[in-house]
Amino acid sequence: MVDFNIATVLTPEIAMAALALILLAIGLLIPPGARKGMMPLTAFSLLGVLGYTLFDFFHGTKALFLDGLYLHDQFAVYFKVLFLAAALLVVLSSGGYVQKLAEHRGEFYSLIMTATLGMMIMAGAGELITMYIGLELMTISFYILVAYLSDDARSSEAGIKYLVLGATSSAILLYGISLVYGLTGSTQYTEIASGLGANLSPASFLATVFLLAGLGFKISLVPFHLWAPDIYEGAPTPVTAFLAIASKAAAFAVLIRVYLLMMNSQAFSGTGQTLLVVLAALTMILGNLIAIPQTNIKRLLAYSSIAQAGYLMVGIIAESVAGVKGVLFYAMIYVFANMGAFAVATHVSEKQGSDQIKDFAGLARRSPLAAVVMTASLLSLAGIPPLAGFVGKFYLFSAVMDSGYTAIAYIGFVMSMVSVYYYLSVVKVMFLGEGEGLPDIPVHGAVKFTMVFTMLITLAIGIYPTPLAQMAAAAAQSLIK
Amino acid sequence: MISSALPTTNSLLLPFILLAPLVAMLMIIFLPKDESKTIKIVAAIGTLISLVLSLYAFFAYDRVLGGMQFTLTIPWIPDLGVNLAFGVDGISLPMLLLTNIIGFSSIYASWNMEKRVKEFFALLLILITGVMGTFIARDLFIFFLFYEIVVIPIYIMVIIWGSTKRVSKEYAGMKLTIYLLIGSAFLLVGMIALYLAAAKNGQPTFMFDQLAQRQDLYSPAFQKVAFGLMLFGFGSLISMFPFHSWSPDGYAGAPTAVSMIHAGVLKKIGGYGLIRLGIFVLPLGARYWAPIIAFLAICNVLYAAFIALAQKDLKYVVGYSSVSHMGYVLIALAALNPTAMTGAIAMMFAHGVMSALIFSMIGFIYEKTHTRNIPDLGGLAHQMPRLAIGLMLAGMASLGLPSTINFISEFTIFMGTIHVYPVLAMLGIFGIIFTAVYILRMIANVLFGPRRPEWDHLVDIRGPELVPLVICVFVIFITGIFPNILLGMINSGVYSSGLAKVLETVSQVKMGGLF
Repeated sequence: MVDFNIATVLTPEIAMAALALILLAIGLLIPPGARKGMMPLTAFSLLGVLGYTLFDFFHGTKALFLDGLYLHDQFAVYFKVLFLAAALLVVLSSGGYVQKLAEHRGEFYSLIMTATLGMMIMAGAGELITMYIGLELMTISFYILVAYLSDDARSSEAGIKYLVLGATSSAILLYGISLVYGLTGSTQYTEIASGLGANLSPASFLATVFLLAGLGFKISLVPFHLWAPDIYEGAPTPVTAFLAIASKAAAFAVLIRVYLLMMNSQAFSGTGQTLLVVLAALTMILGNLIAIPQTNIKRLLAYSSIAQAGYLMVGIIAESVAGVKGVLFYAMIYVFANMGAFAVATHVSEKQGSDQIKDFAGLARRSPLAAVVMTASLLSLAGIPPLAGFVGKFYLFSAVMDSGYTAIAYIGFVMSMVSVYYYLSVVKVMFLGEGEGLPDIPVHGAVKFTMVFTMLITLAIGIYPTPLAQMAAAAAQSLIK
Repeated sequence: MISSALPTTNSLLLPFILLAPLVAMLMIIFLPKDESKTIKIVAAIGTLISLVLSLYAFFAYDRVLGGMQFTLTIPWIPDLGVNLAFGVDGISLPMLLLTNIIGFSSIYASWNMEKRVKEFFALLLILITGVMGTFIARDLFIFFLFYEIVVIPIYIMVIIWGSTKRVSKEYAGMKLTIYLLIGSAFLLVGMIALYLAAAKNGQPTFMFDQLAQRQDLYSPAFQKVAFGLMLFGFGSLISMFPFHSWSPDGYAGAPTAVSMIHAGVLKKIGGYGLIRLGIFVLPLGARYWAPIIAFLAICNVLYAAFIALAQKDLKYVVGYSSVSHMGYVLIALAALNPTAMTGAIAMMFAHGVMSALIFSMIGFIYEKTHTRNIPDLGGLAHQMPRLAIGLMLAGMASLGLPSTINFISEFTIFMGTIHVYPVLAMLGIFGIIFTAVYILRMIANVLFGPRRPEWDHLVDIRGPELVPLVICVFVIFITGIFPNILLGMINSGVYSSGLAKVLETVSQVKMGGLF
C-alpha cells in the first residue's frame, strides 16, 4: 500500500468538523449585533477547504485505508469538490435571508457544515455502515435546517414530514443493509459483490431493492418522490437549494458505488437493470409532467429536480465509464444551474415575501440581471445549448444509447423538450410585462456574485466543456478499473 | 490542413462574419436603455459588416476549385470528437449570404420599433448569429448547437413584441417553440445514433465529411431509421405536411423581423440539414424515404395553397404560401438528382429573399394601418406607391414570374423532378396556378381599387424603411436576370462537394422503396 499519512488524506473532513464546531462556538460567543460576519467567515473557510480539495483532486495521494473502509479516490474527491462548491454558493446566496432570522444564525452555518461533512463521508465510504453514518449526519442536519423558520408553520410542518419520512427511509435502508450483511457476512462493497455471487435468491433481491428504496428516497426517484415538493416548498429557500442539489448528489455518489461495485453481479444485473430503466423513465415523465401546472417557484423547481434525478439515473443505467462520467459531469453543472435559479428565487422571495411565480412579473425590467440569470439557469436545466445542460445530457444519453438502451434516450429527450414548456412559462412571466408599479429589485454583494458566477460557469462549460469533462473522466476511471 | 499552423486571414473570415453581430449585441447590452437610435445604428453596423464580409466570401470563393473553403478547424471537445470547424461550399455559401441579406434588412424593417428597443435588438442579433452558425458549421455538434440557440430568443421575441390576432401571441410562440423542440428531440436521438454508429471504428467524430465517408459502418436498416428521425426533425422545421401547423400561427404572432428571419432563413435550415446530413451521410435512407417525401411535398404545395386561398389575414396568406413553397424544395430533394438539388437550393435562396420582402412590406402595412385584415384594406397604392411596388414585386416573385430568381429555381426544380415523379410534378405545377390566384387576389384587394379616404393620412415608406425593399428587390432581379451568379455557385457546390456523386451512386442502388 502507498505510504501516506491518514491526516493528510482526511484533511478536508477534519477541517469541516472543526469548522462546524468553531462556527457554533463563535455564534454563541459573539454578541448578536456582530453576527453579520458569520456569512463571510463561513464562506472563506469553505473556500479554503474547497481550494485544498481541488488541489487534492489533481495532485493528492490516492489511497484506500482501514482495509477499504474509507476510500480516497478521485471519484470521492470529485464529489467533495461538488459538495463544497454547492455549500459555498448556498452560503453566499443566503446572507440576506439568514440575516432576517431573529436568532440562531450561527447554528445555521454550523449545520450547513455538518451536512456537508456527512455528504463527504458518504462519497468516501467504502462500506455500508460508514456510508450510513455519513447519510445520517447529513439527514439529521437537514431535519433541523428544514424546520429552521420556527415561527413559520409551513417550515415546521416540512421539518416534521421530512423527519418522519426520512426516518422511515433510513429504516428501510438499514433493513436492506442488515439483510446484505446476513447474506454475505460483510458490509464492504467489494466483498459483498463477491459474496452475492451469481445467484439471485429472493432474499438478496429483497435486500438490494431495499437499498435502492432507501437511496431512492434521497434522490427523489419516483415512486419515492412524494415528500420532495412539500418539503422543498416549506423549507427556507437556501436550505431547499442545498437539499435539492447537494443531498441528491451525495445519494448519487453512494448509489453509483453501491450499484456498480456491489450489485454488478450477473444475477442482479438483468432484473435490477429493468427495474432501474422503468423507474428512471417514470421519474423523467412524472417529474416533468407534474411540474407543468405548478404556480410556486419552489414547487416547480422541486418537480424539475425530480426530473433531473431521472436524467442522472440514465447515466447509472448505462453501467459504463462513459455513463458514470456523464453522471459526474451532469451533477456538477446541475449544481451551478440549480444554484443560479435558487439564488434568484431566494432573492426575489426575500424582497417580495412570497414564492409565487406570478411575483416574478416584469423581473426583466425590475432586475435585469436576476431575470437573465434565472433564464440561463432554467434553460441549462432544460438542456438548451449553448448552456452546460445540453452537453451534460449529451454525455448521459450517448452513454446509455451506446449501452443499447435507445428507448430511454427517446423518453429523456422528448421529456426534456417538454420541460422547456414550464421553464419557459417562468421566462414568460419575467419578460412579458414590464411589471408597472412594482418596485425594482436591486441585487448586490455576495448574491450578485453568486448569480453572475453561476451563470458564467454554466455558459463557459456549455461552450467549452473539455476541462470539466476531463475531470469527470478521471474520476469515473478511478472508480471503474 | 491548417489545424496546427497559425490561422490565415482566409480561415478567420467566417469567425469574423459570425462574431460581428455578437459584438454588436454586447455593445448594445452596455448602452443605456433610452438611446434607441444608437442601439439601432450599432445593430445595423454589426449586420452590415457581416453582410459585406459574406459578399466578399461569395465572390472570393473559388468555384473552379470547389469544396469547403475558408476553413478553420479547432479541436474542441476531444473526448467526443467535436471540432469547432467552420467552412463554406457552394451549398452553404448562398445560405450564409441569404442570412446576412435578410438579417441586415430585418434591422431596417424594425427601424420604427420603440418598445423595449435594447432587448429587441440584442435578441435579434443573437438570432442572426445562431442562424449563420448553422450554415457555416462543418461539425454536426456545432451545427446543432447553433440551431438550438435560436429557439429561445424567438420565443421571447414573439411573446413580447408579437401580435395577437386569431391566436394569442403567447400561444403562437409556445406552439412554435414546442413543435421545433420536439422535432429536435428526435433529431438528437438520430444524431447520437449516427455518432455512435460512426464511432465504431474507434475514432469518434462529428465532422460532416468524416461521417459521410464512413458509409460502410451504416447498415441499410440503420440508415432507414436514422433518416426517418432526421426527416421528422428537419421536416418539422421546414414545415413539411403534416408538421406545418406551427408555421402560419407562428408567423402571424411574431414581430416582422422574426417572421422575416424565420420564414426567410431559419426554415431553410431544415432543407439544408436534409441535404447536408440526410442525403450526404445517409443516402440509402434518403432513397428509402424519397417517395414519402415527394408525396408529402405535394400535399404541402396543394393543401397549403388551398388554405391560403381562404385566409383573410395578410400574414396567414403569406404563412401558408411559405408552407406551400417549401413543398417545391422538398419534392426537389426527393428527386435525388443534381439538377433538382440545384433547384432546391436556389429555391431556398429565392424564397428566402422573397418572403423577407413580403413580410417586411406587410409589417409596414400593419404598422401604419394597424390592421392586416384584407377586407379592411384597399387602394393603398394611392397613398403608398413605394410600398405598393415592394409588395407587388414580392408577389410577382412569389408566383415565379420570369426574370425573378424564383422563376429560375422553380423551373430548375421541375426540370429535375418531372422525369422522376411525373404525376406529382405535374400536380406541383398546378400549384402555381393557385399561388397566382391567392397572390393576385391579395395584391388586388390590398393595393388597388378605389381610393379610400380613411388611409389618406398614411405616409409612404421612406428613408431607412426603404432598405429592405431596395436590397431584396435588387437581389431578386439581379440573380433572376443573371442566374449564373447564384446557380453557378450552387452548381459548383453540388458537383465539387461530392453530392452529385452520392446521388449517382444511390440512383444505381436497387432497393424496394415504400411504393
